[in-house]
Amino acid sequence: MATAAIPRTGKVSMSLDPALLVPLVGAGILVYLAVLPLLMLFVGSFQAEVAPREFVYTLKNYQAAYASEYTYSTFLNSLIFASGSAGLTFILGTMLAWLTERTNTPLRSLFVPLAVVPLILPGVLESIAWIFLLSPKFGYLNVWLMNLFGLKSPPFNVFSLPGMIWVHSVGQVPLAFLLMVAAFKSMDPSLEESAMMSGANTWQTFRRVTLRLLMPTAGSVLLILFVRTLESFETPALIGIPARIYVYTSEIYLAFNEYPPDYGRGGALAVGLLLLSAVGVWMYTRATKEGKKFQTVTGKAFRPRQFDLGSWRWVGFGFLSGYFLFVVLLPFLVLFWASFLPFFATPSLDALNKLSLDNYRYLGTFRPFWEALKNSILLATLTATVAMTLTSLVAWIVYKSRLPGAWILDFLAFVPITIPGIVMGMSLILLYVAFPIPIYGTIWVLLIAYVTRFIPYGMRSASGSILQIHSELEEAASASGASWWETFKRVTLPLLRPGLVAGWIYICIVSFREFSTSVLLATGDSRVLSILLFTMFEQGQVTVVAAIGVLMIATLLSIVAVFYKLTGKVGIQT
Amino acid sequence: MIEIKSLVKIYDDGDNAGVRAVNDISFTVEEGRFYTLLGPSGCGKTTTLRCIAGLEKANGGEILVAGKKVFSALDGTFVPAYRRPIGMVFQSYAIWPHMTVFENVAFPLRVGKERISSADVQKKVKTALAQVELDGYGERMATQLSGGQQQRLALARALVREPQVLLLDEPLSNLDAKLRERMRFELRELQRRLRITTLYVTHDQIEALSMSNVIAVMNSGVIVQEGAPRDIYLQPKTKFVANFIGSTNQMTGQVTKLVGNGTATVRTDDGEISCSILDGLTSGSRVVVVVRPESINLHQQQPSVGSNVIAGKIGAAMFLGEYVDCTIELGKNVLQTHQRYTLQVRRGDSVWVELPAGECMALPAEQ
Repeated sequence: MATAAIPRTGKVSMSLDPALLVPLVGAGILVYLAVLPLLMLFVGSFQAEVAPREFVYTLKNYQAAYASEYTYSTFLNSLIFASGSAGLTFILGTMLAWLTERTNTPLRSLFVPLAVVPLILPGVLESIAWIFLLSPKFGYLNVWLMNLFGLKSPPFNVFSLPGMIWVHSVGQVPLAFLLMVAAFKSMDPSLEESAMMSGANTWQTFRRVTLRLLMPTAGSVLLILFVRTLESFETPALIGIPARIYVYTSEIYLAFNEYPPDYGRGGALAVGLLLLSAVGVWMYTRATKEGKKFQTVTGKAFRPRQFDLGSWRWVGFGFLSGYFLFVVLLPFLVLFWASFLPFFATPSLDALNKLSLDNYRYLGTFRPFWEALKNSILLATLTATVAMTLTSLVAWIVYKSRLPGAWILDFLAFVPITIPGIVMGMSLILLYVAFPIPIYGTIWVLLIAYVTRFIPYGMRSASGSILQIHSELEEAASASGASWWETFKRVTLPLLRPGLVAGWIYICIVSFREFSTSVLLATGDSRVLSILLFTMFEQGQVTVVAAIGVLMIATLLSIVAVFYKLTGKVGIQT
Repeated sequence: MIEIKSLVKIYDDGDNAGVRAVNDISFTVEEGRFYTLLGPSGCGKTTTLRCIAGLEKANGGEILVAGKKVFSALDGTFVPAYRRPIGMVFQSYAIWPHMTVFENVAFPLRVGKERISSADVQKKVKTALAQVELDGYGERMATQLSGGQQQRLALARALVREPQVLLLDEPLSNLDAKLRERMRFELRELQRRLRITTLYVTHDQIEALSMSNVIAVMNSGVIVQEGAPRDIYLQPKTKFVANFIGSTNQMTGQVTKLVGNGTATVRTDDGEISCSILDGLTSGSRVVVVVRPESINLHQQQPSVGSNVIAGKIGAAMFLGEYVDCTIELGKNVLQTHQRYTLQVRRGDSVWVELPAGECMALPAEQ
């Protein structure tokens, strides 16, 4: 049945047919959101302002960006930061996934939801919490260890490349964990069992079958972690810049923060980062498609096969508990503790007396906080609403309309996944500084940026739920005499709702914690919470920052609670 | 040869008791025979097979494969799966997607305890592939094979080590109907040719009836009946077996007289029927008389001779090509029967059914 559920207009006419108008408008919006800024970025990276509002084309920007004395160290730092983080994150995530999925470690099912908890902690707060813990001057862990063992110098220094790698990694572990859990879950245990039945012992089975089968997944997980680290700016901003360890994203930020801002050099750097990210995403997509070839016929649902670790399972239990106490729980505790202090101090009886609600009281009358909170909430809900509306429309056209060329929309909606947050910010600056639309410096430019960046997430929820609806369900409604609108209202929409709500809430969460795009676009009145945290932390109001952080986490937790209630599962999108 | 003695497997279900998936079963698969465990899903047949393979550790009993004890709950013997002289084919085939056809078959030869020269590996793989008619496919990636070919590849891989025993876990359930029919035949031929002791697990009665030397029907973790296919089909010992294998008519009644020689008279709502009777039933027992649809003779005129003749009316008649499927309304019972395609009847026609006494079986009414 080749009947698209688009209302028929009777005759086919290219110009007025609404069945064509809707997709064209959709394509127009996507081009405006995703392609235009990139075009501006590209053009801008070749321009230099010789006099006010007068530009010439030049390669000077690229020279400044890629042939300076800092190029080499920035490149090297980025490479070490990204590969180190990807490696560490992968190892931790795989260990957690394997122990909880495939072994008989005690209490393992309890650890599964706990492993995902760090997702709730915005990157900025993750960095701040670990600075509280590992700063060479006042970090709690350093002070404790020095007191405990009588050390003369602090054992840890978070303001270093290893420090950056550690902090960024622990924030990313949940992602690696979920991807690897999925990999372990989708592996047919009879592939391993048949190796054993062929006479291979446990080690041979692991080496020649398990490991080999996991390799494609492991490769693509490492790749996505590498790209995400390269794009990230939270740790490079809060730890890297004070430590004078600059990576790609911080170079872009600094080019923008010079006086006068060097948009050209920033643009040239951004183009490079964009290309790197695009190549990464392309390779990832290809790898996961290749992976599909690895699927074989599967029968019944997989019976999970668990390795008996013997007494080693207590070692596994120790690892899991240690991880959750020190890596998951400690950052939350330290923020919570610090938020009640007048100034930063190590936990002690003396400090205990100083605990008060002063920071929270102060926030009650602190206008920038309320402004930022209002902006963050407004942006989160608006972004989620706009993005979900747009993507459900686009997904419907792509998967249900059977229009030739619908795949172009699908592609356009996928493009933003390749745009690193800071590159998005840079592109929009170049676009709206040049464009005569006066939205630069308002929250509207942030809305545009967020919507664009999170379109791919929306697409995933929307297309997932649309694909679930078999056309026959809609056709059955039509056959029962329901009009197009009746069908949409009574069949399509109710079936779509759970997926769309899940997508809405997910975008709400990521918008609420967004940092790397906002850092270039949010100024003055349009400041959002994550940026307020950043500036106040730089100014040294660390305990007030902790209080804001606690409130932010509380807000996010309540959104997640709703998310759980509505979807009943843990899920993230990459 | 496989010997199973009082095998028990309990799955932990969080309760203190646990689920007894396999509840004290014993059976023997004689050398070179094709033995089938048949039963609905969840009856414990796959669990039994996995215990023999060594993929599950049983909780009680003993397992001997080719005369060697591989599991015993008494003395704690547990030979790991990879040390048992067993070849196994999985329901999902479990073909390794990262290897070629050749590598898949060569794997058991390469990982085994004894070193086999690469020339021998070549030769043995070639023989194994020829056995399943996959010669010439060696260099293909395993995933490029069709479902039926993957199935045969799995078989070649299971046989290449020349195991004492072959275990097959619903190997045909992922194939389409036509292919399944052919593979049924090929599998049986291969087994008869190699004379390899085979244990087959399935929920499909046709597979069980057509391939096996012996069938054990399982339900709720126990074997309810063991016997040759013909006996299982024609002389079911319980209502469960009669229902599970083939379609069957049932008429409840009471034994009025034991005639001897395993026959009896049963009074049903539609008159007296003489039939075979299960040992142990006595006069007065509540019974169910079962009779297969194809056993019933249908007469359009009242027959002058013959016993067990009951008058009835055609309820429905469906022409199915190979045969006509008729529903016949007796006084109280409704019988289903398969008749030759030449039969021409209409709803409401008067007919007489003749139930051959030798093909009617009285079974206990309660299980």
